[in-house]
Amino acid sequence: MRIIKAGLLDTIQDDGRYGYQHLGVNPSGAMDRFSARLANALLGKELQGPVLELHFPAAQILFEEDTVICLTGADFHPVVNNKPIPLHHPVFIPANSLLAFTRHQEGARCYLAVWQQWELKPWLNSYSTNLKAQAGGLHGKCLERYDLIPFQKSSVTWKKAADTQVLPWKANEVVDTRKEIECLIGSEWYQLTPEARESFLEQWFQVTHESDRMGYRLAGKPLEVTRQPPMISAAVSFGTVQLLPNGQLIVLMADHQTTGGYPRLAHVSKAHLPILAQKNAGQVFRFRLVTLEEAEKKIIAQYQYLKQLQLASGARLQEWMAR
Amino acid sequence: MVCGPWTVDFLKSLTFNTVNAYHPYTIFPLGDTALTIDFGDQVDEVINRKVLRFFQELKEANFPFIKDIVPAYSTVTVFYDAIGIIQHRPGKVAFEFMAELMEGLAQEPVEEITDTGTLHRVPVCYDDAFGPDSAFIQEQKGITKQELIALHTETTYRVYMIGFLPGFAYMGPVAEKLAVPRKEVPRQQVPAGSVGIAGRQTGIYPLDSPGGWQLIGRTPVPMFNKEDNDPVRLRPGDSIQFYSITADEYAHYQGGAS
Repeated sequence: MRIIKAGLLDTIQDDGRYGYQHLGVNPSGAMDRFSARLANALLGKELQGPVLELHFPAAQILFEEDTVICLTGADFHPVVNNKPIPLHHPVFIPANSLLAFTRHQEGARCYLAVWQQWELKPWLNSYSTNLKAQAGGLHGKCLERYDLIPFQKSSVTWKKAADTQVLPWKANEVVDTRKEIECLIGSEWYQLTPEARESFLEQWFQVTHESDRMGYRLAGKPLEVTRQPPMISAAVSFGTVQLLPNGQLIVLMADHQTTGGYPRLAHVSKAHLPILAQKNAGQVFRFRLVTLEEAEKKIIAQYQYLKQLQLASGARLQEWMAR
Repeated sequence: MVCGPWTVDFLKSLTFNTVNAYHPYTIFPLGDTALTIDFGDQVDEVINRKVLRFFQELKEANFPFIKDIVPAYSTVTVFYDAIGIIQHRPGKVAFEFMAELMEGLAQEPVEEITDTGTLHRVPVCYDDAFGPDSAFIQEQKGITKQELIALHTETTYRVYMIGFLPGFAYMGPVAEKLAVPRKEVPRQQVPAGSVGIAGRQTGIYPLDSPGGWQLIGRTPVPMFNKEDNDPVRLRPGDSIQFYSITADEYAHYQGGAS
């Protein structure tokens, strides 16, 4: 597949680069892990494998070979050879077709998986692009015009279709647009004054324009802390909600630093991070505290859904290819 | 007040406060897929040695459900695969399983921990062109350039932790006479190799990056190389001695750190 026109910020990401945070190498990975895994699941592929993460305006991509693709996450109104195609469905695409995105409908990040395996070299066991280290993905960079992501040769012979064709299965569970984001209490939660704790849970926070793959800065009523000694640096996580000295919050996202020294008031639950990752600047939401049990149940439920979908989709795709 | 089920009692039930002769520590969740073991919440060489010993032991144990282990000044944070644990141990909260496992390991007696880190000698050119904050520190502290260089090079520093950027080592302790707070407005771009000071810490920027440390010089030795199988030069527990080189030596520098 070849990039005909570059997008704003299109990178290859997978489920993250783990095992190197003690060296300061952060995990990166897809912002909306659910949608990234969902795209792979609908093609029967390994859930954690690499996908293309697209922001609007997104790249135009020419497929030089016949393939089956799947788009998930944000709706940028995708078209193949000028005809709209749906999200959350596998779609057969004949060779020399052009995929473009015409309108920002909803969400912040769209994920593209293709049936073939990409010919890419992992860096430190992951395909995720680390823009700071300029490593991983394709040459460690955002995709640019004329970039080529080659497909590995496949020995599978399969029956193609004459034209673009939407295959007859889809995802029933997708990332929703709810405005209540579940989170868990952080170790410095009780540094907030009782009024600030109440305010944290009751007020609406707005995603500001200073929000990117590193973190979401939120705008809200400033939160006050009781006097506390300064914190020394310790590890932080994707989803950690830190209190900045000005009383505002930042939620650390996929490209966060490995360590930080601001109070960790809360952590967005893994199951709800995808909902937050699909919010754009200007949108508002509230936090809701949940227990570890509740949070873990949702992690499991999402995983089981994806695993079942992956198995079923893999079988159906094989069937379709041999029809 | 809306506090959900997160009452103080509930939090306590999840937080293990244990004190024993060897390792007083606290364990708390860092979200729903990680936990942190804190050995003392301060910058202290003995505590940091415990941290690194615990990190090594966990790494060597090679648990399949542990994804990442991050030592810092006084803490070790463990990122785990909640799904793997719950499937392996149904009916149990993954955090509880992990916290109990960590408790067991943290209670193993540790006799005398000694550092096993490597000693690196790192050349630094302290010219003003490479150390744009050098003059500010001299003025603040009432010292000459020669005194600044002597103060920065006479201490053997310990790498307490790596964080912030790939390969960024937090080293210390810096002499009180050199300790200055970080800049109020960080620089947009600090060149790779820049050597800086923040409080009692000193560090080397491994990559071009925004940054707020007060810059006093630059080393020609790369601290990060993505092409290497082991891309990061320094490790927590290593020792660092800086030595001063001229601009000419900097320009013609060939070797690595020794």
